[in-house]
Amino acid sequence: MGNNTRWKVITIVAVLVIFGAVGVYPLVAAHFGINSPSWLMDKQLKLGLDLKGGVHLVLRVQTDDALRLETEQTMERLRAELQAKNLPVTNISSPTVSQFRVDGVPPAQDAAFRQIAAEVDANFTRGTGVNGSYLFTMKPNIQQNLRDEAVVQARQTIERRVNELGVTEPSISQQGQSGDQILVQLPGVTDVERAKSIIQSTGLLELKIVEQGPSPTKEALMQNGVVPQGMEIVPGVSGAPGDTGTVYYLVRKAAAVTGRDVRNARPTVDENNLPAVGFTLSSEGGAKFGKVSGENIGRSLAIILDGRVQSAPRLESRITTDGRITGSFTPEEVQNLSLILRSGALPATLTYLEEKTIGPSLGADSIRSGVLASVVGLLLVAVFMLGYYRLSGINAVVALVFNLVILLGMMAYIGAVMTLPGIAGFVLTMGIGVDSNVLIFERIKEELEAQRGVRASINTGFGRVFWTLVDTHIAALISAAFLFQFGTGPIRGFAVTLFFGLASNLFTSIFVSKTLFELVLGHRRQVAALSI
Amino acid sequence: MHIFNNPNYDFLRWRWHAMIVSWVLILAGLFAIYTKGIPKGVEFAGGTVVILKFDQAASIEQVRSALDKSFQGGGENLQVQAYDDPSLHEVMVRVPQVGAESGGALSSTRKTIEDALQKANIGHFTVAGTEIVGPAVGQELRTKGLWATVLSLIGILAYLAFRFQFSFGVGAVVATIHDLLITLAFLAFFRYDMSLNVIAAILTMTGYSTNDTIVIYDRIRENLRSMRRDSLNHVINVSVNQTLGRTVITSGTALLTALALFFFGGEVLHGFAFTMIVGIITGTYSSVFIAAAIVSFWRGSGPTRAAAHAPAVSTPSAPPQPTRRAKPTRKARAS
Repeated sequence: MGNNTRWKVITIVAVLVIFGAVGVYPLVAAHFGINSPSWLMDKQLKLGLDLKGGVHLVLRVQTDDALRLETEQTMERLRAELQAKNLPVTNISSPTVSQFRVDGVPPAQDAAFRQIAAEVDANFTRGTGVNGSYLFTMKPNIQQNLRDEAVVQARQTIERRVNELGVTEPSISQQGQSGDQILVQLPGVTDVERAKSIIQSTGLLELKIVEQGPSPTKEALMQNGVVPQGMEIVPGVSGAPGDTGTVYYLVRKAAAVTGRDVRNARPTVDENNLPAVGFTLSSEGGAKFGKVSGENIGRSLAIILDGRVQSAPRLESRITTDGRITGSFTPEEVQNLSLILRSGALPATLTYLEEKTIGPSLGADSIRSGVLASVVGLLLVAVFMLGYYRLSGINAVVALVFNLVILLGMMAYIGAVMTLPGIAGFVLTMGIGVDSNVLIFERIKEELEAQRGVRASINTGFGRVFWTLVDTHIAALISAAFLFQFGTGPIRGFAVTLFFGLASNLFTSIFVSKTLFELVLGHRRQVAALSI
Repeated sequence: MHIFNNPNYDFLRWRWHAMIVSWVLILAGLFAIYTKGIPKGVEFAGGTVVILKFDQAASIEQVRSALDKSFQGGGENLQVQAYDDPSLHEVMVRVPQVGAESGGALSSTRKTIEDALQKANIGHFTVAGTEIVGPAVGQELRTKGLWATVLSLIGILAYLAFRFQFSFGVGAVVATIHDLLITLAFLAFFRYDMSLNVIAAILTMTGYSTNDTIVIYDRIRENLRSMRRDSLNHVINVSVNQTLGRTVITSGTALLTALALFFFGGEVLHGFAFTMIVGIITGTYSSVFIAAAIVSFWRGSGPTRAAAHAPAVSTPSAPPQPTRRAKPTRKARAS
């Protein structure tokens, strides 16, 4: 063995050991239950949702909600300022989520109006004010920021909720052309409805002082047919046992406390031993709540969740940090509600675009057939190569096995997830990968027929084919890259397989295969024939 | 062992026949797509798929008649079929989009199906899997798939124009588009659902088809240098013949794995494997009959002297062996 060859062999063995340890050993050890150090097992190739079973959800964040909120808040601030400065206008309204308009600004007070507006409308561009009508439009970059923020916040909230659910290895990511979609993958989860409702609940908790009610109709709470200033009417349940009809409460618009102030929430029971949610406020929230509750002893406090009054108990004393939400809850609802309150409210509503559940049996079937197809496919290729290329076929098969080990190792190392299309890509990569060997062997045959020596034929064969292989592999890499760029979920896994398959194929077909030939030919000066 | 003993087929003479065959297939395919369309999988069309696993074998008719009552129009749009291996007693029910698959109503169809089957009392079952896709998702996937294909074709064209010549790039891209159209035609003929997996297979296939073409191009480039006196068509023919053994063997091994996936890979991979099988066959065919012929059309079939100066690439023979200068120029063996 020449010095050169020795180093090549050492390189190859090292590569094989490293990739084998990362990619193959953990799978084998896990299958046979061999005890192994965790640093080796942690990198084990992970199975995708389609093989492991679980829930796959795609949601869209209604980012318009975030814009509407900003528009309305600015509009209300302007309304309040105008009132405070005694500047009468005929109408203030919001035609779209990112616009509001003010009509009937008295011409004499136009300058004063502009001055007031300038204090609150920094995020908006103001119209020209023809005939005393101003249109305020939110600036495009502010709109974009609000939308982006809403999606990020929604994602973080969902992450917290999913973690609270105790799912192992969940995956939550943003996707979609406009970036407003969130992909949630929950391996091992089977109760899709519970997962969905927990993720989707807005979870907006507000505690508001009741001014009037409950009343069976909205109209009874209005004064002269309109809702009084600074108040709003919220639907809810009466709280009386057995009464399920909707009643209405007139409450103060400004909330005493909101979900933002909640530090912790947990299931508990009320004085009648019925399920309830206990919550603890932050010290800041507690101070606020203490002030409001102290001032309103004897009145009712509406506990409003997602715009619906759950209950309206009477305030018996001043309450600071600890409170309880009672209502007609089942124990499970109480569990879910505590979880949602702990993880915070969503900044915008969510709608489901896609839902996929894969039962564990379906996943197991997929693994079984995927593995069977792979084994059969690889065996067929190996048998063909051995039959057609005789002893050189062994070389090709060894290269194929190396390719397999390296690819498995690479996938495990980068933490790639094995999906069913991924397995298919894997097998195809192998089937197409022997092309490199075929190309080289056919060229060697040609050279041998041209009466060149064995050694020269092998060298020429590898040499001539090298650039062909580079060209074919780069062209294939271009396809794989676009596949990755535009793919989602399983398709990306597939592209990753293709990508690394091509890289390892280049290594095995050129470097490993050539070294094997050199090893076999060894030091012999004259090699009369090659079994190919 | 040899598959071909010194093959010397005049492939370019058959190019017209080949093109007629291709055009007939493509036009028939386009006609089929235009009239009947390629069926869309639930990922693209939207709707609901539920896979039910019965404890005992349940007949498709039973399931269907149980569902018919619960859906408007007697459930004529329902698709009920056995799923995967018969021994698993699995039945797939597919309901086209009813317009409700968004927001809170996303899973209403699934509930309707479950309730109807429970009422019908045709044996205990569990829901093995569901897939519910609202209207917005499919559109985006379609756009993405199209872009991925178009951009990868442009990428390959650019790469080949850089490594070979523009005409070679055009040939490879035309051959790949040809393969795409043929594959789509076969998907339409055999009524396979267009799914994400099928898109993946189509994109893999485009890579594979180019791969085959490049090997032949590479030999043409090499021969152009050593056969300056011969006509381009002659060089092309010689090159295709020289690489014929390799072309057939490679397609063979790739086809073996694709066939294994088709027969053993289970229901999910059926469409994927079918697409690959068609793609491998047409990819090989187009490399031999179409890609090289395009180069000949593009450049005319005169002597290659002028052409031989052009090849844009430095040297095709390998850097690992610095011995190339000592090597005698290869002689064309096809004469």
